[in-house]
Order: sequence, then structure tokens, then C-alpha cells
Amino acid sequence: MTTITRRELITGTALALTAEGVAQGEVIQGDLPWKPGVESAPQAVHPGPWRFFTAAEGAAAEALADRIIPPDPQTPGGKQAGCAVFIDRQLAGPYGHREGEYLQGPFVKGSKQQGPQSSQGPEALYRSGLAALDRHCRMSEGGRSFAELSAQQQDGILRGLEAGTLALEGVDGKTFFQQLVKDVQQGFFADPIYGGNRDMCAWKMIGFPGARYDYRDWVGRHNERYPLPPVSIAGRPEWSVKKR
Amino acid sequence: MTERLPAKDVVIVGLGWTGSIVANELADAGLQVMAIERGPWRDAAMSYAPNYAQDELRYRIRHELFLRPDQTTFTFRNKMSQTALPIRNWGAFMPPNGVGGGGVHWNGETWRFLPSDFVAASHLKQRYGAHFLPADMTIQDWGVTYEELEPHYDQFEYLCGTSGTAGNLKGEIREGGNPFEGPRSREYPNPAQEQPFSHTLFAKAARELGYKPFPQPSGNMSRAYRNPLGVRLGPCTYCGFCEWFGCANYSKSSPQTTVLPVLVRKSNFQARDNCEVTRINLDSSGKHAAGVTFVDSAGKEFEQPAELVILAAYTIFNVQLLMLSGIGQRYDPVANRGVIGRNFTHQTISDVGSFFDSARFVFNPFIASGAIGMCIDEFNGDNFDHGPHGFVGGGYMGQVQTNGRPIESTPVPPGTPSWGAQWKQAVRENYQSALKPGTGVHGSMYSYRDVYLDLDPTYCDRFQRPLVRITMDFHANELKQNVFLTDRFAEIFHAMGARQVVKEYRKAPYDITAYQTTHLCGGAIMGTDPSTSALNRYLQSWDVPNLFVMGASAFPQNAGYNPTGTVAALAYWSVAQIRSQYLKHPGPLVHA
Repeated sequence: MTTITRRELITGTALALTAEGVAQGEVIQGDLPWKPGVESAPQAVHPGPWRFFTAAEGAAAEALADRIIPPDPQTPGGKQAGCAVFIDRQLAGPYGHREGEYLQGPFVKGSKQQGPQSSQGPEALYRSGLAALDRHCRMSEGGRSFAELSAQQQDGILRGLEAGTLALEGVDGKTFFQQLVKDVQQGFFADPIYGGNRDMCAWKMIGFPGARYDYRDWVGRHNERYPLPPVSIAGRPEWSVKKR
Repeated sequence: MTERLPAKDVVIVGLGWTGSIVANELADAGLQVMAIERGPWRDAAMSYAPNYAQDELRYRIRHELFLRPDQTTFTFRNKMSQTALPIRNWGAFMPPNGVGGGGVHWNGETWRFLPSDFVAASHLKQRYGAHFLPADMTIQDWGVTYEELEPHYDQFEYLCGTSGTAGNLKGEIREGGNPFEGPRSREYPNPAQEQPFSHTLFAKAARELGYKPFPQPSGNMSRAYRNPLGVRLGPCTYCGFCEWFGCANYSKSSPQTTVLPVLVRKSNFQARDNCEVTRINLDSSGKHAAGVTFVDSAGKEFEQPAELVILAAYTIFNVQLLMLSGIGQRYDPVANRGVIGRNFTHQTISDVGSFFDSARFVFNPFIASGAIGMCIDEFNGDNFDHGPHGFVGGGYMGQVQTNGRPIESTPVPPGTPSWGAQWKQAVRENYQSALKPGTGVHGSMYSYRDVYLDLDPTYCDRFQRPLVRITMDFHANELKQNVFLTDRFAEIFHAMGARQVVKEYRKAPYDITAYQTTHLCGGAIMGTDPSTSALNRYLQSWDVPNLFVMGASAFPQNAGYNPTGTVAALAYWSVAQIRSQYLKHPGPLVHA
């Protein structure tokens, strides 16, 4: 029986798992080990309460997402696109706790070329980063949280973090900023089943057709815009049978 | 308690391209063959089915089909004076895991090396004089020639159904192909793939500049194909999810789509997945392999005795098993002695981003295959006179863009903020009219005395075995090569009509976080002299004659091409010799 947890399915990173559960060494002889219906499809995240963030953290993450990708008349911003939901579900899953990474010590700071050597992963970075950001805002912005500031004030804080001129207490602000930008943008462009890119808004913005699988009829049509709208792994909303 | 399994004729470590090819050949020779694979069985129906294979986050960003560093990783440093630190998450290259190995998630670029690549050291010394080469460069001849490998390149291309246009048919130069390639005995099994807009635009501009562009040889099928083993592949649909992804469509050549369906049905073949070989066992003489020890995913240890041991893992894992099994003398860069770990190389990749007028150019970058592209070879190997330039080596270059997947393929012009309204607007404006080939300049990396593999003194894997330590940096020769090639490449994008061309040179120090390719080479190299090579010209260990080591670990230095064609040709070459000579008279095939 399957032992893949819902969370692993949701995050689409169930590794080395089959329908029999955690993969065991098997002897293969005579036939391909192929069984119908055995697959590791991802499942869409479900709307609902935050899985990782507290309410306050979630509000801050949404405000941050909306400054990293601001709304404009044609395309929603990061908040409405679901980028904070994406990050929340990712942090609650294998990505948040660094599943698969090499985590043996000693943890020694090396050169840039040797890559990140932190003992802490994204979960810890968000928890401490958002807390430090909140402390900074409340102290320097008259007791208000990041989400309560004006867009201009929010941008000013982000620019300070980016440049390294705004120091957060106990957290490397620049590292936290880079992580935020990367995650918000990934959520914006990833398949909508992961919670961001709601209604494929990011793909519509650029003209990416998504999970289509066959462009043989268009490969030779040079310099002609591809005409069909995007498709998610979960299909298109209008393909669903309408409930009467 | 270790369980001793019944003896086999052959045990193969790793069931990727070379493991599958060698297993199939040796099963055909009537031997009892066991292949042991560290990762899981993978196939489209179970691992990357067409209804969800096109998932950039899952497969590309989160590395679903790759080895996980917590299974094992490497430590890295640029210089011998530094302390190496572990690679905690992959960057510069992506080690494969599972049945099919890198053949599952490669792009399918199926190149041959140049005839002169196999005799690089003697050829370059003869043409330019020994003084022309840097003093610490350690390039060597391979001990095998292009002419000897040609039938085996051909075998692999017909196994794969490679799509391409011959440029040199039995010595006759053919229009539309690569005029610099070595003579091939027959046409590619399939015609070249149809090229999307930007790729044809590149070819046109290159032709106008006097070059001879040709389609990249592709493991993506240009039409339905039935290979000599009777396995069928479907036509590629240009889905744009090829490298890092498995092909849900059975249209990319891989062990799964070319060999395994036949191999698995042979009654004298068995495979075990999710089992990691931890060492090669030697008998009391130390000169004969008795088999291997492996551990399954439940932690149970087994011993598999065998008459013949074939190492067919990824480059560094071959080297690691040799080191941990005490086979061959480990390389010492200070004394310049020993062979295991010597002549380790990667690649010298760079890229050019270019931005076109969005009112005039719509590239539809998402319409592409893994090995799509138009290339030129004027600046590869020794296809041009290096005398005035002061470096050796080179690479092919081309518009080889494989996708428009938006997490990674949303280039914006330099100076654009990395976030905010301006970034968003720049992404919107440039997505359809910007080009970024990825591995546009595919340069060689030659070998050096201080670039090598050994065992790390501090960090261990999950079995408490020391990790392999990589010591690697770029040398002046490769950096010069890269500036020259990148400049030539950028000229072509200017000629295509780009309004802005951004050169991204490869710079020192070598950065383990920046992806280049997964073409790690060397560390257990082939050659003619046991004091400077681990293997003879048939990939047979000089020290343990019933051990053969497949893979790019045998390359004495890396050429300016993707390695898979050469890796597979060497496997066919080696196993042909095993079948015709070794099995009749087990023992050294070459007497040193």
C-alpha cells in the first residue's frame, strides 16, 4: 500500500518512492518492472490555512511577494498570484527541511565558490528572517508591521536588504532577501498546482503555453506567435465539468 | 551479517548507458550477468508520465531524478592549499542516480570526438612544439584511435536512432553536415530534426560570416525509429522538457528506450536496484577481483562473487570505488606519481545572452528538443591554427537552446533590477524575443597536474566512507580559449540582428555552484603506460585484469564536445575485445 504522505504528494518531491512505499532493493529478471497505474503524480496544493507560516508571517510574506512582483493592470502581483501560498507549502514540505541535502558537519564557512555551508535551511531562515524583519519595522516604523507599511516604505526596506545597508538582528539580511526573491519568482512561474501562478497568470503574461506536449505543427512556423493558451499539469479550469 | 550470493560470470556496477550496453553484449555471449544499481528503476510510466512530466519545479529545480547529496556527495576546493568543503546541494554538475543513469535526463547530444582528440598530446606537440603547451598541462594520447572507434560510434548511433546530417561520409565532405568530423562509415540512422526559428536564424548568420553550420547530432527522434535490437522510439514532439527530465514520449534515446526492454527479457541477466556497491573485493593475491560487496536500501550487506567485474558508474564513483578498494596506486600531485585520481577534468562552458526587437522577433523558445540546435565546429579541437592565439583546445558553439521554461528562462537585459515592477515588465517584454543557448560555447578542458581527485580527510558518506575530494580550478589556457570562443560566438548573434548581446565569459576560480555540464572526466584514465594510466586501451585495469572500467573516467582530458557518444563507443570497443579475446584467454589484453 502507498505510504506516500499527502505532503510529499502535494510538494511533488516524493523521492525514491513507489506505490509500494519506500523503495527497497529488488531483483529484476524476465520482465520490465512495470505495473499499470503505478505512478508518482503530484497533487495540487489545497487552499486553506497556512501550513508553515503564522498568520502574521503569512501577512508579511504576502506583502513581500507583492513588492517583489507588484500587481499591474494586466497581471496580478505576487500576493494574488499565490506566491506566499507557494512558499508556505514548500517550507512545510521536503524543501523546507532540506531533504536530500548533505547535512553532516563540520559546518565551516568557505569561499563563495565552495557553495553554501550553513547548518540552517530555508525553514529556519524564514522563521528568523521574518521575525527580525518584524522587529525592525516595529522599532523604526512606529510600531507597524511590514504589511502595514506603504508600498514606498516597503520598497525602501527591500532595497536596504538587497544592498546590505539594512542590517537585521541575528539574520543575514542579504541572504534572506535573495532567498525571498528566488522563492517568490519560482512560485510565480512554477505550475499552478504548487499554489503560485494562480490561473496561470504568469504564463499568460509571457506567452508560455505550459504543460503542452506536442509542438510538431508549430516548429516550422517561424516568427509566428503560438496561438493556444497555457495548460497546467492539472489541465485548464474550463475543462472541468461544471457542477449543476 | 553478509549474505553471500551465488556466483555470476559477470557483475556490473551501475545500470546506465555503459552498464546496459555491456550487459547486453555479455548476455549475448552466454554469460550469467548481474547488474547492481544504486538508484531505483525508472521508466516513463512510473517516474515521468506524460500527464505530469512537464514540471519545471519538480524535476529541474528540486532535482527529482538525480542522486541526492545525503546519499553521497563530494568535497571541493580550488587549490591544494585550501580546506575542501562538502557540496551540500548540486550546482556545477548533476550526478545521476537510478536505472538508465544520465541517459534518462540528458539532452541527447550525440557527438563524436575529432580524430586528433585521441592523439591530442602527440598531435599538438608535433604541430606547435612541446614548448607551446603549459608546463603543468598533463594531456596524453588515449591509446585508441578514431579509426578504431568509428564502428562503435556507428553502433551507438544506430542503437539510439541519432538524428543528424553526415558531414564526412567515408572521406567525402558533404554539404550541410560538419565538415570537420572524422570520416563516418554511413549516414546517421535518422535525418536531422526540424529546426525552430532562432536556430535557423543562427545558421543563416553563421553561413553569412563564412562558417559551415550544421544540425547538432540529436538523440531526439526526427521520426519513428526501430533500432537493430527491435526496440521502437516515437518521434520527438519538441516539448521543451528534455534535459533534467525523463522523456514521457519514448522519443529520446536512453537505456530504457533502446536496450533495457530487450536486455531484461534475457534469462541470463538479472538486475538489482536500490543497491549500492561499497567495494570491489580482491583475492589474496591483490591482483584478481573476486566480486563486489553491496548494501541494499534496508541496510543489509551482500557479497556477489563474479569472474569478471565491470565498473560502469558515473565518473567520480568509478574512481571512488577504485580508491576505496585499494586498486591501483593513488595519484600524488606533489610527487607526480600514481594514477587513480589523475587527469580529472570538466568542461569550459560559456554563454551569450541576446536581446532582439520584440516587435520583429517571436522565437517561441518553448518549442525545442534537448539536442536541437545549429552549431559550428570551426573553433573546436585543432580545427584552427592555435599558433597566433597562445592556447590549445576549443569547442563547438551554437544556438542550442533547449527550452523556454520560465523559472530559469526569463532573461532580462543587464541593468534591470532583480525584482519589482521594472523586472516584471522586462520579463514580459523579453521572453519571446531574447535568446540564451545555455551551453552555447562548449569548450574543452585539458588536464593539469594540480586538478585531481583523492579522498577527503574529514567528511564521510552515510556508510562512513570518506567522500571523494575534488581539487579543481581553471587554468590560463582554458580562460584564454573561452574569451576567444565567446567573442566569436557573440559576433554571430550580432549578425543575427540582436540589439544587445551580453557575453558571459567563464571565469576563474572554478565555481562549484554554477552549472556547466555534467561532463566530469578522468580520474581513472586509459593509456599506453601503466605509470601514467589506470587502464589499458581496452579499459582493462593494469593492476586487476578481470576488472574493466567504463565511462568518461577513462578520458585523459576532455574534448570540446558532449561525451556520451565517446563513452558509449568506448564501451562497445571494450566489450568487443572482452568477447573476442578476453573470454577465450582471461588475463591482460596488453602487456606493459
